[in-house]
This record gives sequence, C-alpha cells and structure tokens, in this order.
Amino acid sequence: MNILKFIIKRLLEAIPVLIIVSLLSFFIIRLSPSDPLSEMKLNPAISQETINYEIKRLKLDKPIYIQYFYWMKGFIKGDLGYTTNGEKVSQKLKERIPNTLVLSFVVFFFTWTMGVPLGVLAASNQNKPLDKTIIIISTIGMAIPSFFLALLFLMFAVKTGIFPVGGLTSYNFSNMSFMNKVFDIAHHLFLPAVTLIIISLASIIRQMRGNLLDVMNSDYLKFAKAKGLSNFKILYKHALRNALNPMLSLLGFEFASLLSGAALTEYVFQYPGLGRLILEAVLRTDTNLIMASLMLGTIMLIVGNLIADILLKLLDPRIN
Amino acid sequence: MKHNTTKKNKFKLMLKDNIVFFAFVVLIFLYICSIFADFISPYSAYSSNKELSYVPPSNIYILDKNNKLTFPYTYNYKRIFNESKFKVDYIEDTSKEYKLKLFVKGDEYKFLGIKTNIHLYGTDKGGKFFLLGTDINGRDFFSRLVIGSRISLFIGFIAILISVPLGLLYGGISGYLGGKVDIVMMRLAEAIMSIPSFYLLIILAGILPANLTSTQRFILITAILAFVSWASLSRIIRGMVLSIKTREYVLASEVVGQSKLNIITKHILPQTLTFTIIAVSLSIPSYILSESALSFIGLGIQQPDASWGNLLKDAQSYIVITSRPWLLASGLMIFITVLAYNILSDKIRDIFDTSGS
Repeated sequence: MNILKFIIKRLLEAIPVLIIVSLLSFFIIRLSPSDPLSEMKLNPAISQETINYEIKRLKLDKPIYIQYFYWMKGFIKGDLGYTTNGEKVSQKLKERIPNTLVLSFVVFFFTWTMGVPLGVLAASNQNKPLDKTIIIISTIGMAIPSFFLALLFLMFAVKTGIFPVGGLTSYNFSNMSFMNKVFDIAHHLFLPAVTLIIISLASIIRQMRGNLLDVMNSDYLKFAKAKGLSNFKILYKHALRNALNPMLSLLGFEFASLLSGAALTEYVFQYPGLGRLILEAVLRTDTNLIMASLMLGTIMLIVGNLIADILLKLLDPRIN
Repeated sequence: MKHNTTKKNKFKLMLKDNIVFFAFVVLIFLYICSIFADFISPYSAYSSNKELSYVPPSNIYILDKNNKLTFPYTYNYKRIFNESKFKVDYIEDTSKEYKLKLFVKGDEYKFLGIKTNIHLYGTDKGGKFFLLGTDINGRDFFSRLVIGSRISLFIGFIAILISVPLGLLYGGISGYLGGKVDIVMMRLAEAIMSIPSFYLLIILAGILPANLTSTQRFILITAILAFVSWASLSRIIRGMVLSIKTREYVLASEVVGQSKLNIITKHILPQTLTFTIIAVSLSIPSYILSESALSFIGLGIQQPDASWGNLLKDAQSYIVITSRPWLLASGLMIFITVLAYNILSDKIRDIFDTSGS
C-alpha cells in the first residue's frame, strides 16, 4: 500500500509541473513572430475567406490566454485539435508513437543487455587491457554526435545497397507474408537502431563499471574477501546486486531521453517517428502538434522517472 | 596558500597522463587555430564562385613531368559536362602549374583591428587551392571549416557566461529564502528540467524570426542554449546553499544586518565556486553538441555564416555525400573536439571527485 501512496503522491506532484510546462511552451510558441498561416497566405489558390475561416477555426483572433484555455480544455478532454494541414493531431501521434516505441524498445533492450555485462567485464578486469579497450571504445562512442554517426551509416547504406534508406516498411509491405513483414521491419530498423545503440551504450557501460568499482571498494566487500569468499561469489552474489541499484534511476531517465533523443537519428534516416514529427512541426510552427508532442514527451519523461523510482523502492529496502 | 599549491599539483598530475596531455594539446591547437582563423584559411568564408560548386580537394604534386622532385604545386580544376553520364565533372587543367606558397596575399580581413590580407598559405596568382574541396556555392570548404570553428568552439563559453550567473543566483535565492518562495522557484526549475531538453531547444530556436542579422542570431542561439541548461545547475546550487546558510558566518552577517542579496552573492555563493567551476567545465562539450545539432537541422546558425553544424547540413542528402565525402569533415571535427573534452573532463572528475559534493 505504501507503494500505491507513493505513486499517487508523485502523480499529484506531476500536475503542477505539467501545467507550468504547458503554459510556458504555449506562450513561447504563441508569442513568436512567426505566423502559422503564412504558407496559406502565400498560396494564391487559397481565398481570403478560407484564411478567415482558418483564423476562426484555430482561434487566432482571440487573445492568447483565451487560446490557452481552449487548448487546455481540449487537452483535458483528450481532444488535441488539428494540425495546420487539417489532420487530427491524435491521429498523427497514433501513427508515429508505435514506430518510436518499437525503435526505443529495440535500442533499450540491446543497450542494457550488452551494456551491463560489458561494464561488469571492464570492472572485474580493472586496469587490464580488456578494461582499457572497453573504456577507449566507450569514450569514442560517447563523443560521436548522433547525427554524424547516422550520416556515416546512411552513406554506408547507400554505397553498399545492403540496407534500405528511409521509412519503416517497403512499398510492397501489405502483400508480404507475416515472416517477411517482420524481416522487412527489422531490415529498416537496423541502421537507426545500431546508431542509437552505439550512442547510448557507452554511458551504460561506464556507469556500470563505476558503480561496481565503488561497491568493490566498500568495507563489507573487503570483509567478504577477508572471510575467504571466492572472487566469483563476491562479484556476482554481493557486489553486482548493490551496483545495479543506482543503475535503476538511470534506467527511467535513459528510456525517456531515448524517446526524445532519437529525433536527430530519425531525422537523418527519414524514420517516421515522434522525434521527426516534432521537428517537422517546429519547422512549420504547427502549435497544436508541437504542444501535443511536447506534453507527450514531458509525460513520458516523468513516467520514466517514476517507474525507475518505483523499481528502486521495490528492490532496495533502504530507500524510503 | 597551501590550498593553491595542491591545486597546482593536481593540474600537473592531470597532464602527466599521456592521453590527457595529448587531448589538452589538441584542444589548445584547435582554439589557437580558431582565433587565427582568418589567417589560416586561404580564402574568406563568403567568397563564392558558382562555376566551382562541389569541386573535389586539390591534389598536391611534388614530382614534375620528368619525375624529378620539385617545389609543391597544384593544378586548377576545369568544369566539364560529362554527356554520357549527364552530369558535371571536374578535371585537372594540367596546362598550367601553380606553386604552393606560404604567407600569400589574398582576401582582406581584420585581425585585432588591423586590416591585413596575408594568409598562411595559397598559390601563385590565378591558382585556386582547395584543401578540402568546395561546397555547393563554390566556397573553399577548409576556410569555412576553420572560420566556422569560432562559433562552434566558443559558443559554449559564451553560453556559460549566461547560464552560470542565472543558475547561481536563482539557486542561491531559492535556497536562502526557503519557504514558499523556494517551493515556487524550484517547481518552475523542475518544470523546465522535465521538458525533454532537445524538444525545448528546437522549440525555442524555431520561434526565432528569419530576418535576424548573424550577430543577433548568434546571441539568441547562445541565450537559448544557456536557458535550456541553467535549471539543473540552480537545483544543485540550491542544495548546497541549504547547508551553507546554517553556518555561523552567515548567521553573523545576518546579525550585522547585511542585505539578503549581499549575503547570497558575497558570502554564500563564493563557497560553491569550486563545484561550479568544475561542473561548468564539464558541460562545455554538451553546448558544442547542442549548437551543432541545432545548426544541422537548420534552426541554429544560418547560411552564409559557417558553423560546424551547418557545414554538415549540406551533407544531409545521401546523393550529395556519397560523391562528396569531404563534406563530412566538420562532423569529424566535432567528434575530435568532444572526444578531447571528454578525456580531459574524465580526468578532472577523477581528481576532484565531484560526486561527493
């Protein structure tokens, strides 16, 4: 029951944060001098009446705080409004969220299943060649800008023709058998996923290595050693469990930042994800779309941190 | 006094490590290059030539036609239309050789207020030497790379000048005053921190009007980078202030009747200085990455100004990069800079161990 109380408390705390975020971003976007209808106004085929209708529909003639209240009312009801192209924002998000989630889960799975063992491997061979190699590779991985790595992979894909460029599915996707469909998605997913894995693997490895080394230097492990326990037992039974705890708080953060951090990679690979959606929305000053994706990103960050804290509470009895 | 010597020793200790020393030298070299950018680059960043778009890097020859060693020279590129492939090709015009020279006269520029036109290297009159080829407008890519480094390398330092005072003051006031003020101020900081930082970055950059001068744009982009990052600093400072404000000397200055602002800025915040300096120096590569990411998607520094991010923007189309790989050079420079910074800051973190404070 304690956990339930904790969750409710945290969710209640999140409400003022979300309100501040929405206020802040709504006013930032609305106060900007760029005009969301500028493209329409430049198009000679669109009449003044249509533009006036659009202004009414998007409530651009009302004062800014009224616009905010309309937006807020809609948001609470679950109505996210329409994009400047007239599509439903919720529909647009529905198309993109699964794609980003697939990418994020794949990346998340591989970075953690590879990162944690590599970190343990490095720590248990501290200052030996293996440790140094892992450190050097992860230092390099941390320094590569994601868009640069993505460009290199893109170049590789185009030159060799082994990997498709852009999108998530081939043009004949609907005619494929189930196995082929899975393979086709994996084929398209491969390069964006590898890019993101390389970028995020490094920090996991280093964090894991650092935690484990900290734990190994603690008094209770010195005692375990003095007691005559085997290195294997010390490492896997005592040290690892304690070293994993701080990783949990990283877990939530990593997952949430993956959702937003993938934007550049999605952009380079023309991957139809959430990150690219918000990027396109910003370039078009599409208020409703920006607001919706921003709120979604913020909620995911908050929920990600919450999940990490809950896990931490469940697994580490010392934390209140 | 003693405190100072230990710090000096720490610094010496740091540079003893070969890799760290090398990273340090690389950074110094890059910063010197960017300060003397106008001198090092053979052409101005803006001098374009439509006839020479996407020219490949010039070759340097050291053997003459009789295979004898001679002074290094290069050939100009000639534009031809390849009818079978239906595209423009560049071939070397071998009819005339141009000697490579040091300290040649070229485009005029100002250095420390002095007008000069001496460049580090160049060719005989009439020759064009493109170390890294040219971009779409026929501008020398190497010149743009060197001149663009000024924005990319220094934007972090300038952003810090905004974000650190803001973060310090905000955290200081919030922590010192406490109570309701503290709650409200920290909720606001938390709200900013809970927006995915990249989203916040592009939204703020996206609202900049298009008709800004390049200086205005640079200042605003710097301000945006600072705005995105001050909140986390202010939260840590607040935590430190909470413990510092209970110390006796703070109570003493309260009794003496000093103003609250005075106590915060003169007595409390200086105590956080060591932490702040270290935390800030560790954050410089993230500013470099943010600027280049923004410029890469077209929301940061705009053409015709050069920064490492917007130089890479040209390379976005795969049709362009597969045949013109030299356009990726700026990405490599970002990578080298961030790598050097990371190696350095790893060592700084090891030595000062900021995790405890």
